[in-house]
Amino acid sequence: MPTIGVEKEDFLRRTGIAKSVTQLELEHLFFDLGLELDDIEEENGKTIFKVDIPANRYDILCIEGLCRAINIFNNKTPDKYTLEGSPFEKIIVEESTAAVRPIVMGAVLRNVTFTEASYESFIDLQDKLHQNLARQRTLSSIGTHDLDTVKGPFRYVARKPEDIKFVALKQEKEMSAPQLLEMYEKDSFMKQYVPIIKEKERYPLILDSNETICSLPPIINGEHSKITLATKNVLIEVTGTDWAKTNIVLDTMVTMFSEYCAVPFKIEPVEVEYYSGKKEITPSLKYWEECVDPEYIRRQIGLPQDVTAETMAKLLSRMGLVSSYIRYENEKIISRIPPTRHDILHPCDIMEDVAVAYDFNKLVMTMPPTNTVAKQLPINKLCDLLRVDVAAAGFCEALTFALVSRADIGEKMGFDKLPAEAVTVSNPKTAEFQVCRTGLLPGLLKTTQANRKLPLPLKLFEVSDVVLKDNSTHTGCRNERHMSALCYSNTSGFEVIHGLLDRVMELLEVPPCEAGSADGYYIKKGSSPTYFQVCADIYLWNEKVGQMGVIHPNTLKAFDLPNPVSAFEINLEPFL
Amino acid sequence: MQNLEWVKLWQPSGSPKIKKTAKFTKQSRRPQKILSEIFAMKELADAKKRKLVDEKKLTVFDMKKSAGFKTTVEKPETELTKDLLANDEWKNKTFKEYNYNATGVRPPHGFLHPLLKLRSAYRNIFLEMGFEEMPTSNFVESSFWNFDALFQPQQHPARDAHDTFFLSEPASALNDPPADYLERVKNIHSHGGFDSKGYGYDWSKDEAMKNVLRTHTTAVSAKMLYKLAQQKEFKPTKYFSIDRVFRNETLDNTHLAEFHQVEGLIADYNVSLADLIGVLHTFFKKLGIEKLKFKPAYNPYTEPSMEIFSYHEGLGKWTEIGNSGMFRPEMLRPMGLPENVSVIAWGLSLERPAMIKYKMNNIRYI
Repeated sequence: MPTIGVEKEDFLRRTGIAKSVTQLELEHLFFDLGLELDDIEEENGKTIFKVDIPANRYDILCIEGLCRAINIFNNKTPDKYTLEGSPFEKIIVEESTAAVRPIVMGAVLRNVTFTEASYESFIDLQDKLHQNLARQRTLSSIGTHDLDTVKGPFRYVARKPEDIKFVALKQEKEMSAPQLLEMYEKDSFMKQYVPIIKEKERYPLILDSNETICSLPPIINGEHSKITLATKNVLIEVTGTDWAKTNIVLDTMVTMFSEYCAVPFKIEPVEVEYYSGKKEITPSLKYWEECVDPEYIRRQIGLPQDVTAETMAKLLSRMGLVSSYIRYENEKIISRIPPTRHDILHPCDIMEDVAVAYDFNKLVMTMPPTNTVAKQLPINKLCDLLRVDVAAAGFCEALTFALVSRADIGEKMGFDKLPAEAVTVSNPKTAEFQVCRTGLLPGLLKTTQANRKLPLPLKLFEVSDVVLKDNSTHTGCRNERHMSALCYSNTSGFEVIHGLLDRVMELLEVPPCEAGSADGYYIKKGSSPTYFQVCADIYLWNEKVGQMGVIHPNTLKAFDLPNPVSAFEINLEPFL
Repeated sequence: MQNLEWVKLWQPSGSPKIKKTAKFTKQSRRPQKILSEIFAMKELADAKKRKLVDEKKLTVFDMKKSAGFKTTVEKPETELTKDLLANDEWKNKTFKEYNYNATGVRPPHGFLHPLLKLRSAYRNIFLEMGFEEMPTSNFVESSFWNFDALFQPQQHPARDAHDTFFLSEPASALNDPPADYLERVKNIHSHGGFDSKGYGYDWSKDEAMKNVLRTHTTAVSAKMLYKLAQQKEFKPTKYFSIDRVFRNETLDNTHLAEFHQVEGLIADYNVSLADLIGVLHTFFKKLGIEKLKFKPAYNPYTEPSMEIFSYHEGLGKWTEIGNSGMFRPEMLRPMGLPENVSVIAWGLSLERPAMIKYKMNNIRYI
């Protein structure tokens, strides 16, 4: 969820909210709109509201849009965004861009007056759009230029890196593209964008008719055409790999900042001419209409009958969707969706806006008529019963992570490599989460280590899932429910753990039986590098379900345990 | 310094002398106490440093005959024993007074993990409300079920390696989801359909086949709803689950790389947002939480989406306790669920209420 900073005085002036407004009143207002007043900060004598914005509302990612939405919510008529006349500027697209960043769009804002605050907001919105919607500039990126310093028609081309030389924004010297990228790779903010084009054969460029490099998308603009507070005419170009996102980015930029044009909300389009001969007028700035059945809205929300279609249309208009209702055979609501509301994908989004404007908290709650019978999963039912009785037998329940380090299930347990059935994680942030556990025992040994200071004996158990490779499932992995228990004391205490196994079998109603018999459970001498001297395989109905023994001194050392441990681990699924 | 008059200036003739008073003699039994009464401890320490005073410790016993004074040795019994009961011997014995300030002997005991006790409490609430438990025993899920089936676009930040654990082995799912369903999901993402505009991007099957450690149990809900849609006749259903989910986070006071998600959902003809609010009130009331309010929110797979806030009496403010909403038609319709079936759902983490309940400020202590 992005957070934006909004200066208090500017905010109050734009929204006409009284200066005497309390923090609580503001919190309520924001809450009702689905926003959150996260914090109030004092910066250089100014009060800044930090507001959390829902991730799909690109139109309120700046003070201009936020205040517009609040004013409309408070019944102000929304302004209309229009494309002014035919395009004057043109971007000619060369085929070479297709392989690296195929999409370009442009728009011109004429006779703009920037103040320090609006200029800052202009830069800030670009950054917010780059970070969120444009996925760190991979899907689209914005370049803004002082149109009076360059001359159209513009060209969108891709050139070999070594052939690109220009003075980049905030630089003094001319540098080649490889030099620039090398420099940005060391820059903490810029380094994230370098890989987007670094390995490409050619890098994209926006050129003016004099071959001046306006920008090297998605990395940096040229110093030559940079925007200043004095800039009057602004060329906005957006390049990208995703048409829909690029379109939203440009629509958002122009709808927000055309506010500062001499004729507000009038935008001059740019013609984009592709190598194929295809021509596109950008920005699209499209208003579209959606027709929704008021009964659908009423049913989905559970609105009372006295909320008429007319009321719903009024509620929608407060959300920026100018709506009316018509009566033709059935009643219909017609909503006009402005180019700021790209989040509207389906009539359900319109339905939601009715609910938000009506206020969720005013809805009269009801209970669904759904009549069903409760049902537990047999394995969970079994485990919950078993856990209580194991605790009653004097063992303490541990809860350990399902992710462990490679060493935890490999070398520390005495194996020279990772168990073959282990599922491995490709991108763990810490070494503690490299693989899924194949057994519960390593986690219990870690828990013992963390609780060494408690009085002895320490008796722990866990009933939980391990993850194993399994080619018979669609992911190639499956969980298996295990139980493990250990006793940490001055002596190895194998008899304690053996006693618990017997008790568990008694609880699971499995009788002891002769080795080799399928009538119950038995244990038989086994071998494992995890155990020392005493190691037994546990058999249920003549199938091996687990292992028990005295933990090997090497494993004890690896887990930093000075006292001996006996333990068992069994698979609980065959008991079902 | 207090004036206790324990010395007096005495000048019988010529040179003055200091004389002890009677008061001094009487109280000199406890010289240490007197000294500390006269000097503040600091002054005493200073005086000691300057070698103005010498310190001597004296232990004085003041012994008197008590009421039970005897010349024979007899030990009172501490407790009633089997031997004392035999031949009524207890009748001739004296018993020591029990020290009621002593603590009892702790019984040997084990215990259940507090977080899992809370899990049982939630499980019981769902069962009381007639919900059926979903099979969640698969920590590994394909991106398809974890994201794509939920109409979560492939460029969504949650699908970033920063947030989600991907697998190196097995890196991808082995089997495709059913072909016709996969096609419908692909279409809804790239071109829309079922009255939706879609996201308008090139949907990649390879991306959908990538295995992940599930980031939410809603992946399981999606599978269950798909199954439900394949039945001949739709049957209204209430499902719940409580199980582990994984996020690629570095551990700190409020973040864990794995935690438990509690999830409930109801699928029925025409269930509404007002029904969801009613169910949430019933659910949380069983947990002792009465005051709720709902905030509009955004979630890629629910619309409307509501954050659930409860009034925390201790903190004196509204705190977020969970998320809820109605699943989007773009998620349900490609599965094949009838148009007039809606699904209301909510989720919360088990750890967060536990932190509040057990008054912890570090999630790792749980």
